[in-house]
Amino acid sequence: MPDLLIELFSEEIPARMQVKAAENLRRLMTDGLVEAGLTYAGAAAFSTPRRLALSIEGLTAQSQPVREERKGPKADAPDQAVAGFLRSTGLTRDQLEVREDKKGAVLFAVIEKPGRMAAEIVAEVLEKTIRDFPWPKSMRWGAGSLRWVRPLHSILCILSDEAGAEVVPLEVDGIVAGAATQGHRFMGPTPFSVRSFEDYETKLKRAHVILRADERADAIWHDATNQAFARGLEVVQDAGLLAEVAGLVEWPVVLLGPIGEAFLGLPPEVLQTSMKEHQKFFSVRNPATDRIEGFVTVANIETADHGATILAGNGKVLSARLSDAKFFWENDLRTVASGGLEGMAEGLANVTFHNKLGSQADRIARIAALAAEIAPMVGADAGEARQAATVAKADLQSEMVGEFPDLQGLMGRYYAKAAGLSDAIAAACQEHYSPLGPTDDVPTAPVSVAVALADKIDTLTGFWAIDEKPTGSKDPFALRRAALGVIRLILESRLRVGLNASSGPFVFATKSITDKGFAEGADTGNLLSFLDDRLKVFLKDQGIPHDVIDACLAMPSNDDLTLLVKRAEALAAFLKTDDGENLLQGFKRANNILTQAEEKDGVEYSYGADPKFAESPEEKALFTALDAANAAIKPAMAAEDFGTAMTAMAGLRAPIDAFFTAVQVNDDNPILRRNRLNLLSRIRIICLDVADLTRLDG
Amino acid sequence: MSTTPRSFQEIILRLQSYWASKGCAILQPYDMEVGAGTFHPATTLRALGSRSWAAAYVQPSRRPTDGRYGENPNRLQHYYQYQVIIKPSPPDLQDLYLGSLAAIGIDASLHDIRFVEDDWESPTLGAWGLGWEVWCDGMEVSQFTYFQQVGGHDCRPVSGELTYGLERLAMYVLGVDHVMDMPFNDPQTPIPLTYGDIFRQTEEEYSRHNFDAATTEALLRHFEDAEAECARLLTVPAEDPKTGKRIIMAHPAYDQCIKASHLFNLLDARGVISVTERQAYIGRVRALAKACADAFVQTEAGGWAA
Repeated sequence: MPDLLIELFSEEIPARMQVKAAENLRRLMTDGLVEAGLTYAGAAAFSTPRRLALSIEGLTAQSQPVREERKGPKADAPDQAVAGFLRSTGLTRDQLEVREDKKGAVLFAVIEKPGRMAAEIVAEVLEKTIRDFPWPKSMRWGAGSLRWVRPLHSILCILSDEAGAEVVPLEVDGIVAGAATQGHRFMGPTPFSVRSFEDYETKLKRAHVILRADERADAIWHDATNQAFARGLEVVQDAGLLAEVAGLVEWPVVLLGPIGEAFLGLPPEVLQTSMKEHQKFFSVRNPATDRIEGFVTVANIETADHGATILAGNGKVLSARLSDAKFFWENDLRTVASGGLEGMAEGLANVTFHNKLGSQADRIARIAALAAEIAPMVGADAGEARQAATVAKADLQSEMVGEFPDLQGLMGRYYAKAAGLSDAIAAACQEHYSPLGPTDDVPTAPVSVAVALADKIDTLTGFWAIDEKPTGSKDPFALRRAALGVIRLILESRLRVGLNASSGPFVFATKSITDKGFAEGADTGNLLSFLDDRLKVFLKDQGIPHDVIDACLAMPSNDDLTLLVKRAEALAAFLKTDDGENLLQGFKRANNILTQAEEKDGVEYSYGADPKFAESPEEKALFTALDAANAAIKPAMAAEDFGTAMTAMAGLRAPIDAFFTAVQVNDDNPILRRNRLNLLSRIRIICLDVADLTRLDG
Repeated sequence: MSTTPRSFQEIILRLQSYWASKGCAILQPYDMEVGAGTFHPATTLRALGSRSWAAAYVQPSRRPTDGRYGENPNRLQHYYQYQVIIKPSPPDLQDLYLGSLAAIGIDASLHDIRFVEDDWESPTLGAWGLGWEVWCDGMEVSQFTYFQQVGGHDCRPVSGELTYGLERLAMYVLGVDHVMDMPFNDPQTPIPLTYGDIFRQTEEEYSRHNFDAATTEALLRHFEDAEAECARLLTVPAEDPKTGKRIIMAHPAYDQCIKASHLFNLLDARGVISVTERQAYIGRVRALAKACADAFVQTEAGGWAA
């Protein structure tokens, strides 16, 4: 059984695309080969900045012959029908067989597909794979029409076994497949031929290319930590950066250098961000001082001067970058020293937030008022929350954030401290943007929570008011994220507030907007159903099904998300129990019988079930059980203790089951029938008081 | 080849002779204010259509918002780009490019030269391409792009475009920390001149002009005039009544587009364009660029055949 080796050699592939591309190559090739009737023992794909490679072991040498029989029209069918059958089978009339079956003479086509050689199939599948390759972005080059991520230079494609290796004959837009490749751009450019995957990997290494991305990453991390350790330092871990850097080099050479003394006073996050974003450097910490004091750069070449020129050049670029950062930092601190964060924020009056919602300053004034409103509900001081919201976005006007937008919030925290503001305000400057996604941390400090909620509620209300709602995949103002943020903030701080209440935050936010003449006549009433939709998505991820949420949304005070979720969690847990599942069936049965009877009779049975008409012990027992459940559920519901209420409800399961087994509801005696329907109605009333069970599936 | 150049102009001269030796027509800078070498019609327009093309040139470029009164070591409102454009892009364009680095004294066996993903897009020109920024020891020294679209037209064949930021590259090669200290001509000559001797004063003058003095009303008016003129030139019928020839005025129209683009940059530097208006202005310039591209492909140089 032969092995297959493929290499697609191109100009530099973006680091972020390499791993996925190798995986796609493996998937498309193996799927295609299997579909064409070949099997294989194993497949592995690899990527470097200039190549994708695929090794398939134990490929069958040829596909099995296939014999297919197809039944056609009757032998005496019109010519047209026969012609169609011939077309679809690719045979001629005299190649068809005539066979007798129950209905008479029928035409049969016997199609023999001989087995095909692996090389032929590989060539076909590889050409298709190259032409249809799913790059996130692809391009044309020169005068050709082939698309690849960057110009494709050569194709290596060989089948090898004990007897030797053979090139698979293949040509794609003038690129003829061969057995040769080349190594490192500078350290191994002489082309060489390979005989097998082992031979390929070995020769590549000799030509200064490490084929495996994880091997390159390991080498980088190993060398970097060793070099740092030798100097008493440690490299700051960054898995994303490590993977990216491993995709930027074929032959990693780790170089460690110092950060100039002049820059060590910068916040560590500034150093890290600047080095990572612009230079792809790792940060190196000195555990003795707990400062970032060095950098690791990964070059792609070994030089006669052991990297001295490269390290000096990188150090120089870094110094230029950090000089900028230091200049911004010092200017910002000067601004804060002379006018506080309020001074820094001044320019926000000239920055348009949205032309229908005013400037950033307008928006901040709204958020500040709302934060003060929310503060008491989350245990924050209203004055402190107002002040925090007023300065929380001041850093948007700082030079540092202008250069490094990712540092927004964090710089606010530093500058708030520099301005002598409280720790709670400084923290709010940073944390009020959170949570940014479903897994991001949710702030817990009361002032941060108040400002974070106010910020998101103003955003949602504002864009709702000017009818810039998300549609389909379009959500340019990230309103879904803001809604999820509101939900998570409310739930995690167990905030009790009726969002729809006339004294609630959304009404307050709407009024703040329209009071200033923006979005006049805006209706933000349906905003809550948007929040409900986001809540469903969020809770579904937490394992609470849609129908459970619907059952709870149908209850009163459904704009109190904390209450809503508490109910939903209890109901979901209840339905997972045996009693819960069976009670639901019992309830549905009671409800169905009752509803049908009510429709038929045109009355509502909701009152007056009397135990004196109860005949059987099962019927009497149900009366007793309902009384007991009622007595337990009422106080539990009043205390919002849904768990206890549902346990009490579960106690109804056995009496209800027994009742239905023993008692015929639609009795001939109209008095008994009415009494029993009214009894069922008690089941309905008690259960519906806990949640709207009619909305549950199953 | 491997000797280190001694001055800014020597680097330019070496690039000129290198690319001349590789078959490029060495053009002169375009005689209008542009933001980048790409705006030169030798790139923007010639990237369109089916005819082969190979050109290289220095292009003085202006970015009014980057003015720093000559004080910042790396930032200038007027600087030079070196531009190479070859259509169709040759298969060995990366090697040709590396050869040009060798020509100006960058030894690839001693430095770390890398091609790092950087896709290029010019919203004002309605143009985009895929390629890299080229790093030398961690510093971006060039932009390398395979043009895919210009003025909304697919590029067929594809042009390969190289753009060198000359000051930055030269500062690195010459080991200079402040652009104004960089020797412009040979420091050994009787009258040695630094970059600062030539440009410090103009950087000051233009910084003041661009940020504070340019009359915004006039700029706005000129922008609208250029916009209108560009559109008007393109609506004139192709048949020239005087000569009887088919003469589409794609280049004169494109001049007006360049003008509008620069006026927009000046207005931006004057701080009179809000964030929302910005997009609208860029869209207006793009519409002009697109109309000029539409016109150019109807001309002989643009591949039109009667």
